[in-house]
Amino acid sequence: MASHPAFKKVRLKTEPSADDLRALSIGDVVYLDGTVYTAREGVYKRVIEEGHPLPLDLPAESGANFHCSPAATIRPDGSFNIGAVTATASFRFSKWIGEWLDKSGAKLILGKGGMSSADYKKHFVPHGAIYLTTVGYGTGALLGRGVSGVKSVHWRDELGLAQAMWVIGVENFGPFIVESDLDGNSLFERENAKIAAGLAKVYEGTRPAVLKRYGETDDRSDEVI
Amino acid sequence: MIPIGLIQSTAVTLMDKAAIEIPDDYLGGLRQAAAVEDGDLSSFVLQAMLENYEAAKEDRRAMCGDTGCPRWYVKMANEATVEGGPVALEAALRRATAEATNGVPLRPNRVHPLWRTDHDNNVGINAPEIEFAFEPDGDWIDLTTVHKGGLFGTDYRMLFPSDGIEGIKRFYLDSLVAFGKRGLSCQPAIIGIGLGGSKDTCMVLGKRAACLRTVGDRNPDPGIAKLEEEFKDLGNSIGMGAMGFVGKSMVIDCHIEVGYCHTGGMQMSVHAFCLSSRRACARIHSDGRVEYRTDPNWFTPYQRRETVEWPATQPSRKSA
Ligand code: SF4
Repeated sequence: MASHPAFKKVRLKTEPSADDLRALSIGDVVYLDGTVYTAREGVYKRVIEEGHPLPLDLPAESGANFHCSPAATIRPDGSFNIGAVTATASFRFSKWIGEWLDKSGAKLILGKGGMSSADYKKHFVPHGAIYLTTVGYGTGALLGRGVSGVKSVHWRDELGLAQAMWVIGVENFGPFIVESDLDGNSLFERENAKIAAGLAKVYEGTRPAVLKRYGETDDRSDEVI
Repeated sequence: MIPIGLIQSTAVTLMDKAAIEIPDDYLGGLRQAAAVEDGDLSSFVLQAMLENYEAAKEDRRAMCGDTGCPRWYVKMANEATVEGGPVALEAALRRATAEATNGVPLRPNRVHPLWRTDHDNNVGINAPEIEFAFEPDGDWIDLTTVHKGGLFGTDYRMLFPSDGIEGIKRFYLDSLVAFGKRGLSCQPAIIGIGLGGSKDTCMVLGKRAACLRTVGDRNPDPGIAKLEEEFKDLGNSIGMGAMGFVGKSMVIDCHIEVGYCHTGGMQMSVHAFCLSSRRACARIHSDGRVEYRTDPNWFTPYQRRETVEWPATQPSRKSA
């Protein structure tokens, strides 16, 4: 490694206090202890759009919503075989996240790639929640090591294995990086801005395509040539 | 005659290997990238990836929890025959996919695009993809499975001769930057580029360039080989590293494959084969020997032939 700065590493409970979260800065490295549950579009639709009651007591049982489907199977005897766990991209869940934070009381959203700082400011900040991103993102085996066991699976028949709500006990589960803080700042957006500053130079000697694409703006008078 | 049972059991082993063992060529490339990466967050991510590969191998668990889409490339040497014929072969690969999804375990990713029907086994309509190719001489069959990840990192664009190299570079950079932000494409990746062909061929060539060629491999056309080097460096000069953090590791290698296209066009596709470059191959010989490897060795001179006849007796190009 050309440089190997020491990152601040923090062990965090899955039902953190406001003070715990206040102590975190974007870019800190976090490992979790407690219980996390998976919920993504299937669960969000069921709860928010179809009005089904939550199948477990949130946030008492867990304050950490993982955007994930585990690589796992349910054995014929009903026990679970869970291998690797990897997050899925969170930006797609923007339209549900506000109501979800309301209903679930989640303080930690775990996933891939973060959401926009607009989402953080509008939804996360009022709920005192932050976003933790997985690292890599393919660190499924490392994360798998932090799983102490599957506690329950809800809506397996209704939603299928991938979309079901997996309730998972975790210990030293990580690494995660703090992507948003309690003020709604985004680490990804900070990095994007730094990189964008140098892009003009990289693009020197290139040209936009002669054939444009229709439909990427709402201007119906656009032409592709 | 190659026994069908041997094909199925080999295929199950390949599914397991692809999911768990990072190929050495990619691992070497990633180590090199980690050695020169000076972005602190990017370095941290690469280090975590290297630890993750170790953990996967030690625990025999999938390196990434997202299985991507398992698919098969089958190459048959001209004299090879399979017990039960090609229909039995396809059935064996579908069975192996379903069995390994449960066994490893892998994530059952494949669902119906509209009804979201999920068989929990990565098998369904047109899934897994099974693609065939042939090779002169020999009585073996090569099985390759690729678990291509990523809803992101791939794009297609119709370019024209007047777009030129500047246009190709532009679309290449656009694709890397678009999907590199926030690390959606799970870079650093092997980038495959398809140029020419028809739209579908262009996509197929680019995907194969990403998934079926190894780090360090160069196209035999010296002009294309030079572009591959240049594009690798260009991608790593964007200023972006793993997860879209400031850094310089975007591209572990760049591979370009071409196909003859319509005289007025210059189709282009870009594909990122993510941090979990899952590929595993085996050659099954007619005498029952099985040899495992990680280099699909797909793009042989025969696959890239441009003459009417094979072996080539004379170039097929018309003189100007
Ligand atoms: S793109 Fe690859 S490394 Fe990333 S989550 Fe998907 S399969 Fe895993």
